[in-house]
Amino acid sequence: MTDTVTQLCTLLQPFNTNGTVLSAATDISTDLNIDSVTVMDFVMEVEDHFDIEIPLNVLSETRTVADLAAVVEARTRKG
Amino acid sequence: MDLLAKLEGLAERHARMKALGGDAVGAVMERLLSPTRAIIEGRETILAGTNNYMGITFDAECIAAGQKALAEFGTGTTGSRIANGSYALHKELEQEFARFLDRRHCIIFSTGYQANLGMMSGLAGPRDTIYLDADSHSSIYDGCTLSGAKLVRFRHNDAADLDKRLSRSEEDGGGKLVVLEGIYSMMGDRAPLADFVEVKKKHGFQLLVDEAHSFGVLGPHGRGLADEAGLEDEVDFVVGTFSKSVGAIGGFGAGNHPYFELLRFAMRPYMFTASSSPASIATSIAAIRKLAAEPQRRRRLADNSARLFSGFKALGLELGCDEASPVVAVRCPDEPSTIAMWNALLKAGVYVNIALPPGTPNKMCLLRCSVSAAHTDADLDRIIELFGAVVAQGHGKKVANG
Repeated sequence: MTDTVTQLCTLLQPFNTNGTVLSAATDISTDLNIDSVTVMDFVMEVEDHFDIEIPLNVLSETRTVADLAAVVEARTRKG
Repeated sequence: MDLLAKLEGLAERHARMKALGGDAVGAVMERLLSPTRAIIEGRETILAGTNNYMGITFDAECIAAGQKALAEFGTGTTGSRIANGSYALHKELEQEFARFLDRRHCIIFSTGYQANLGMMSGLAGPRDTIYLDADSHSSIYDGCTLSGAKLVRFRHNDAADLDKRLSRSEEDGGGKLVVLEGIYSMMGDRAPLADFVEVKKKHGFQLLVDEAHSFGVLGPHGRGLADEAGLEDEVDFVVGTFSKSVGAIGGFGAGNHPYFELLRFAMRPYMFTASSSPASIATSIAAIRKLAAEPQRRRRLADNSARLFSGFKALGLELGCDEASPVVAVRCPDEPSTIAMWNALLKAGVYVNIALPPGTPNKMCLLRCSVSAAHTDADLDRIIELFGAVVAQGHGKKVANG
């Protein structure tokens, strides 16, 4: 796992109530069975952890931890 | 692949709800007896979940105005506001609202939901950014999506968090709109407007306040949170609804911007739907005049809200917020117990709203009451007594923090 994926998995753990084994391939919404509001709450934690902005618009194309890691890495480089 | 197969989870959840003895999201008001009484499942029931804050829905003058308009203008307008659907009544209502709100311009919409869709999408476009409170109503979220703007969510009622997110944002040349609500519909708490105004002075955005639950309710003139806080000059745009304090259906957007009237040609939810029916507009005109002329309704509502709030506090219930509000939400431990308590309350003679995730913040399960100026002390005491018997004696006392 890349460092970003590892950090995202750690941030995701409090939202992982059904004991899913988290990896880059984890589908954040369907594998963890969490609703859209909870996904947004998780992303807020990610924004604060990395001190970046992740507009909600980006989320419609972000399904897996790997997708989100790519967004985080692109936005961290910018900053 | 069947398109509706994705609803299987909903079907299971609804079946589980009904298996607990009732359909908490399918209650039918068989007959309305007054703003605070209906026949539900054949029984006379106290209504404590209707957002009928002013208790104005059966006002004789409002009903007479609606009947007159129905006879004179017909059953419906059969057209959009920008085609054949603007009647003298619609213009009159816009003028009445502008006067009441002390704003230069007011545009009315066919529903409150459309008011938010229209205002968000009319004000902001793909080059702009909307900063919205995490607990915003779905109509705000949907309006933001429709706008195509960049959407940034900040922590609920947290002006410092908004400040941080604005500072984090790159300057992209686009406009910035911040959206708050006067009273949040689920928990009943108010936005700390003065704190947000400080952030506005630092960052220079345009500010919209949705006063859906606070219009008619808060402030010396009943104009909402900004009126109560004495900060109306800092609020660029106001949104609200007729389906609560005004007792009809429809919504409004208002402001002083010189281009405000041009929004009529830039808001799809305003342009591509039929205008409100004459009867609904006429009852709204009568109602807004009453709200202006009868401030005692607001005082009565405040007294009633305080009575329910302190009664619930004395029962040891965990409430949605720490101040008396016409929205009094009782926090419950989980979905099955909330449904069971909702059923028990209904059978005992009181209707409240059930609110479950994802419609609530932080996955909370709520029994949500809304207070009316038309509730009597006896009504409120009965509601408190029933919550004491059903909720405080049951499972509602100990709730983990959300």
